[in-house]
Amino acid sequence: MAISMTEAAANHVRRSLEGRGKGDGIRLGVRTTGCSGLAYVLEFVDAPDSEDTVFEHHGVKVIIDPKSLVYLDGTELDFVKEGLNEGFKFNNPNSRGECGCGESFNV
Amino acid sequence: MALLQIAEPGQSPKPHQRRLAVGIDLGTTNSLVAALRSGISEPLPDQDGQVILPSAVRYHADRVEVGQSAKDAAATDPLNTIISVKRLMGRGISDVKHLGDQLPYRFIGGESHMPFIDTVQGAKSPVEVSADILKVLRQRAEATLGGDLVGAVITVPAYFDDAQRQATKDAAKLAGLTVLRLLNEPTAAAVAYGLDQNAEGVVAIYDLGGGTFDISILRLTGGVFEVMATGGDSALGGDDFDHAIASWIITEAGLSDDLDPSAQRSLMQTACAAKEALTDTDSVEVVHGAWKGLLTRSAFNALIEPMVARSLKACRRAVRDCGIELDEVEAVVMVGGSTRVPRVREAVADLFGRQPLTEIDPDQVVAIGAAIQADTLAGNKRDGGELLLLDVIPLSLGLETMGGLMEKVIPRNTTIPVARAQEFTTYKDGQSAMMIHVLQGERELISDCRSLARFDLRGIPSMVAGAAKIRVTFQVDADGLLSVSARELASGVESSIQVKPSYGLTDGEVARMLKDSFQYAGDDKVARVLREQQVDAQRLIEAVEGALQADGERLLDAEERMVIDMQVEELRELMKGTDGAAIEQQTKRLSQVTDAFAARRLDSTVKAALSGRNLNEIEE
Repeated sequence: MAISMTEAAANHVRRSLEGRGKGDGIRLGVRTTGCSGLAYVLEFVDAPDSEDTVFEHHGVKVIIDPKSLVYLDGTELDFVKEGLNEGFKFNNPNSRGECGCGESFNV
Repeated sequence: MALLQIAEPGQSPKPHQRRLAVGIDLGTTNSLVAALRSGISEPLPDQDGQVILPSAVRYHADRVEVGQSAKDAAATDPLNTIISVKRLMGRGISDVKHLGDQLPYRFIGGESHMPFIDTVQGAKSPVEVSADILKVLRQRAEATLGGDLVGAVITVPAYFDDAQRQATKDAAKLAGLTVLRLLNEPTAAAVAYGLDQNAEGVVAIYDLGGGTFDISILRLTGGVFEVMATGGDSALGGDDFDHAIASWIITEAGLSDDLDPSAQRSLMQTACAAKEALTDTDSVEVVHGAWKGLLTRSAFNALIEPMVARSLKACRRAVRDCGIELDEVEAVVMVGGSTRVPRVREAVADLFGRQPLTEIDPDQVVAIGAAIQADTLAGNKRDGGELLLLDVIPLSLGLETMGGLMEKVIPRNTTIPVARAQEFTTYKDGQSAMMIHVLQGERELISDCRSLARFDLRGIPSMVAGAAKIRVTFQVDADGLLSVSARELASGVESSIQVKPSYGLTDGEVARMLKDSFQYAGDDKVARVLREQQVDAQRLIEAVEGALQADGERLLDAEERMVIDMQVEELRELMKGTDGAAIEQQTKRLSQVTDAFAARRLDSTVKAALSGRNLNEIEE
């Protein structure tokens, strides 16, 4: 099981961590909510939990809890620009459908 | 799919519940919009990667052009291209006439004294012009953040008064923005540096822009920024540095003074480029036409020294106005593009005896701070707890009482939002209406304060003087805007007003009003006491004359009547003068000589009320 991250995403995470002044890495996860079942979680991590799995890409730690890993296995985290908007995008092979707005998904 | 931002631990927003909020620096020359994304507050660029939007609006018959291209057209289409509209915000037609010579626009007086600018698209108020700038920033923010905005924090100069703040709020509304808060520019700059996280201390904000200089001294106590003093020079800025270099070129190159406009423009561009180059290098080769010369940084420093000295003088004065010493200032924040000039930084560091804060881009620092505040107000909590920023009202608010006196209801430096109520009463028997005159200022007499609004409370039931209870409530919201309501407690009749003054005060006037209030404190007190005595005397005379007319014939003999008349006459004479003590004494004397008369009147009233009734009726 693995999670990956593009260089663009890693650079932006690193910058955000520097701007914030603290933090060990970022947490990827899912939680059951939203109009289509599951929603992604993307948060700073100050201290990983003991059961977390830690991946490292381009010198940035990606931290994920075991339950979320099931839904996110094979996911690549990317940082993209769409017009003026920019942000992180989960390329998740497990996702079977998204709600219209794309804020939640199902597997 | 929607693009995500990184959230604080445990605070990922639920789908559809991201609350997007931005900070907007609506400047005289330039405006920008910033937002907090993935924990970093930064300005949002447009399609071309530019974060700065020149505050210029050009009206065409069928469209509106905002930004750099509009600014470029200012010379060719001056009547339809509005620049520096911030200077007109909240001003009345008379203020604008005063500025008139410097501005090319065709002004038309509007309702409520608001000036309108005649353009090819019809009459435009300063509020509408500002709204057009805000609209562009709003569209940029919504495209960048990918959603509708919950609201915005818009910054205003610390010296902006109610009228100017209200005008800014109106502009935001017109642009479809919800204003979460108007924030003072120096406060926003302090927030950008996280200075609000300190427990307390005094902070100086040195803001040297293109055309204006502002110094603000803030005191932070328990999360509250209080503006202790503001000062500056509305005609001092980086443009003056350019002019200094341009004059130097003219002298060195032996050019004639009266250049045509296009030569003038190219000379200014050369000068500005030389100034910017000298920030990073020690000398620059200046080429103007066929002429070439070397400008060293030390020569440039000498050219601008008089202007730098002027700014330092204003700093010293502001610090002195606060009654503190220079070394009590714990941090100095640099704002405005002209603070990039090394000599300016050095001079400020020398004055305050500490290195000023310069890490954040001085053109962006205000918007960055506003965005941090916007994010918190929108309900997106930040790591490290709530950041609750409070501002204070700069001048006391109150109303006119009898004798032309200012009764302060909310004293200056009260933190906002605030609501205060005070009870007032009627002055005359059977008074059915009361005029509420709302004032701002520190002086005792209303003629020395600024009138904000007037309204009437009508339908007060007929009662003797002093019996009616009228509660007047002053409320100042988080943006510093005032509403006043009056309510007669017995009948419940009510009246209120949202204070939207017709024109504003300049920062110099606010400063002057404050200074005067200290300087004339003694005179004011004497004046207040005199007015109070005059009012007391007048009230007594009216009461006595009313009584004489009603019962004088019946209850007084000729001699008694003459004594009272004489005392009334004497009091009248004294009231024309300014001897407060004499008026007070004579008022007492008149009161004494009428005591017996008053007692008789009371007796006769009671007798009249009781006559013809038996004891049982009365006991019931």
